Amino acid sequence: MSETSTETGTGTAETPASTTGATIELENLTKRYPGNSDPAVDSVNMEIKAGELVVFVGPSGCGKSTTLKMINRLIEPTSGRIRIDGEDVTDMDPVKLRRKIGYAIQSSGLFPHMTVAQNIALVPKMIGWSKSKTKARVEEMLDLVGLDPAEFHGRYPRQLSGGQQQRVGVARALAADPPVLLMDEPFGAVDPITRDHLQDELIRLQRELHKTIVFVTHDFDEAIKLGDRIVVLRERSHIAQFDTPEAILTNPADDFVSGFVGAGAALKRLNLTRVRDVEITEYPTVNVDDPLQDIFNKLRAAQTNELLLLDKRGRPYKWLRRGDLMRARGSLARAGTLVHDTVTRDATLRDALEAVLTDNAGRVAVTGHRGVYEGVVDMETLMNSVHELLEADRQDAVEHQHELEDQRSLQTHQAQEGPGGEAEV
Amino acid sequence: MNFWDYIGNRHQQLLADAYQHASAVFQCMVVATLVGVLIGVVSYRSEWAGNLATLTTSTILTIPALAMIGLLIPIVGLGVAPTVIALTLYGLLPIVRNSIVGLRGVDPALIDAAKGIGMSRIARLVKVELPLAWPPILTGIRVSTQMLMGIAAIAAYASGPGLGNEIFRGIASLGSKNALNQVLAGTLGIIILALIFDAVYVLVGRLTIPRGIRV
Repeated sequence: MSETSTETGTGTAETPASTTGATIELENLTKRYPGNSDPAVDSVNMEIKAGELVVFVGPSGCGKSTTLKMINRLIEPTSGRIRIDGEDVTDMDPVKLRRKIGYAIQSSGLFPHMTVAQNIALVPKMIGWSKSKTKARVEEMLDLVGLDPAEFHGRYPRQLSGGQQQRVGVARALAADPPVLLMDEPFGAVDPITRDHLQDELIRLQRELHKTIVFVTHDFDEAIKLGDRIVVLRERSHIAQFDTPEAILTNPADDFVSGFVGAGAALKRLNLTRVRDVEITEYPTVNVDDPLQDIFNKLRAAQTNELLLLDKRGRPYKWLRRGDLMRARGSLARAGTLVHDTVTRDATLRDALEAVLTDNAGRVAVTGHRGVYEGVVDMETLMNSVHELLEADRQDAVEHQHELEDQRSLQTHQAQEGPGGEAEV
Repeated sequence: MNFWDYIGNRHQQLLADAYQHASAVFQCMVVATLVGVLIGVVSYRSEWAGNLATLTTSTILTIPALAMIGLLIPIVGLGVAPTVIALTLYGLLPIVRNSIVGLRGVDPALIDAAKGIGMSRIARLVKVELPLAWPPILTGIRVSTQMLMGIAAIAAYASGPGLGNEIFRGIASLGSKNALNQVLAGTLGIIILALIFDAVYVLVGRLTIPRGIRV
C-alpha cells in the first residue's frame, strides 16, 4: 500500500471511451549480456502502426521475447531508442512506463493469493482510480473477456480452468486501458481447442478495441491467424521478413522464411478452398435395384475397373470392382467394399484430401442434399487444383511485389526530388 | 502429598509461572519474527547473503542453551535480559531459513508479471512476494515457538521467569517429597503451553493465509 495516489478527482463510475493504440518505434535496439560477445538482440529497427496487431514469430532463442520485454523495459536495452506514440521512453521511469503498457504472459501470471477481481483491479488501483471506478471497470473487463462478473468476481485463480485464467490475464492487462498491449506467448500453455477459442476472442477484442498489440509466439499458424502483420525473426532478432500473412505465405523473402513457413503454406491453402471450387468428375454408377446383368454389362463396358453402387435413395453405398461380383457369386449384399467417407461441396480441400488419403483407392464421393451422390473427387483433381491455386498465389505475390517496388521507387524519387521541387516554387 | 494435591496447593504459583513463561516466549517470538523476516528479505536475493544468514543462525542454534545463558550473564546480568536475548537468538533460524526458502520459491513468472504490470520493488515485496511466502514463514514461526518453549525453561538458571523455576527447584531438592511433583508440574505445564500455542497458530494460519493458496 505504498503507492502514492495520483487521483485527479474525476473518480466517478463513468469510464471514458477506451484508448486506442499508439505507435511503437524501435530504433537500433540492442541487448548485450555481459560475458557474451554476440548480442542477444542485434540492432532491431521496427515501426509498428497504431492499432495494429503485430506478431513476432521465430524459432526458440531467436530473441523475440527479449525484444518484446525491451518495449516495456523488463529487460533494459544496452543501446538504441524506444518511442511510443512518438515519445522517447528509453529513459523514463520503468515503473511508470509499464503502467501504460498492458502485459500478458504465458500461464496467465495471475497472483494466486488474490481473487480474480483483485487481480484485475491491481493496475487501476496503482494509478489511483477511485474505488467505485475500479469496481465498475473490473466488471466491465470480465464482461469483455467473456466471463460472467457475478460468477467469477470472487474466485481464486486456481478455481479457474487454464483458458479462463488466460482470459483474466488479458482482462488484467487491459484494465487500466493502456494503448499498447504486449503478449508473450500468452496461449502457449493451454490445450489446442481452448487456444483456438482464445485466438478467436482476441481477434474479436481487437476489432472492438483497436489497441496496438505486440504478440510473441513460436507457432506460425497462430501468427497467420492473428497478425495484421508478421515479423519473422531469425537469431539475434534479425528481421527476416516483416509483412502481411498473405505475403509471407505466398512470397517468403528467403530460405529461412520459407523454411519456417514450411510445407504448411500449401496445406494452409487447402483450408481456404472448398470442394465446390474444384472440378468434380463423373463416375459410372449403378443402383442396387438394377438387374444383376446390367451391372455386369456396365462393369465390363466401363473405362474404370470400378463402379459406385448407390442405394435406393441415390446415396453412395459400395465400391464394386470387376472381380467382386464373381467372388461373391453374384450376390450384391456380399460384394464390394462399403463407402465409409463422403464429403460435401462445402468441405474444405483439406477435408477432401484427408478422405482421399484414407481411402485405399484414392478417391472420395461428393454428396449433396440428403447425402445424394453428385460426383467424385480423386487425387489427381486435388493435385491439379492445388497446383493451380499456388500458381495463382505466386502471381499475385509477384504483382504485390512489383506494386511495393513501384511505391518504394516513387517514394525514393519524391524524397530525392521533393525538396528540390519545392525550392523551385 | 500426591501430584494432584500439589497442583491444588500451588496452582496460583504455577499459573503465574505459566503466564510468565508464555509471555516471555511470545515476546521473544515477536522480536525473532520481525528480525528473522527482515534478515530473510534483505538476504534472499543474493546467493551468498542468504547462505550466510542461514549459516550464522544455525551456528547460534548449536550453542548449548545453558552455555549461552551462562555466557550472557556476565555481559547483561541476571533476570529477564539474558533470557530474552537467548530466546530471540535461538528462535531466528527456522524463521530466517523459511523466509529465504519461501521468498526464493515464489514463481519467477509471477515476479515477471508483477514487474510487467508496473509494480514497484516495495509493492512487489509487500503485495506479492511476502503473501506468497507467508505459509512457509508461518511454519518457521511455529517450529521456533515449540523450540523456545523448551529452551525457555533453562532461563530459570539465570533467575529468569517461567516454569523452568519449578523444574530447577525440583532438581535442586531431589529426594524431598515434592521434588518429583515440581519437576513434573513444570514439564507438563510447558507441554500444555506448547500445545495451546500450536492450536493458536493453526487458527492464525486459517485467518491469514489467503484462500487462494491454502493447501
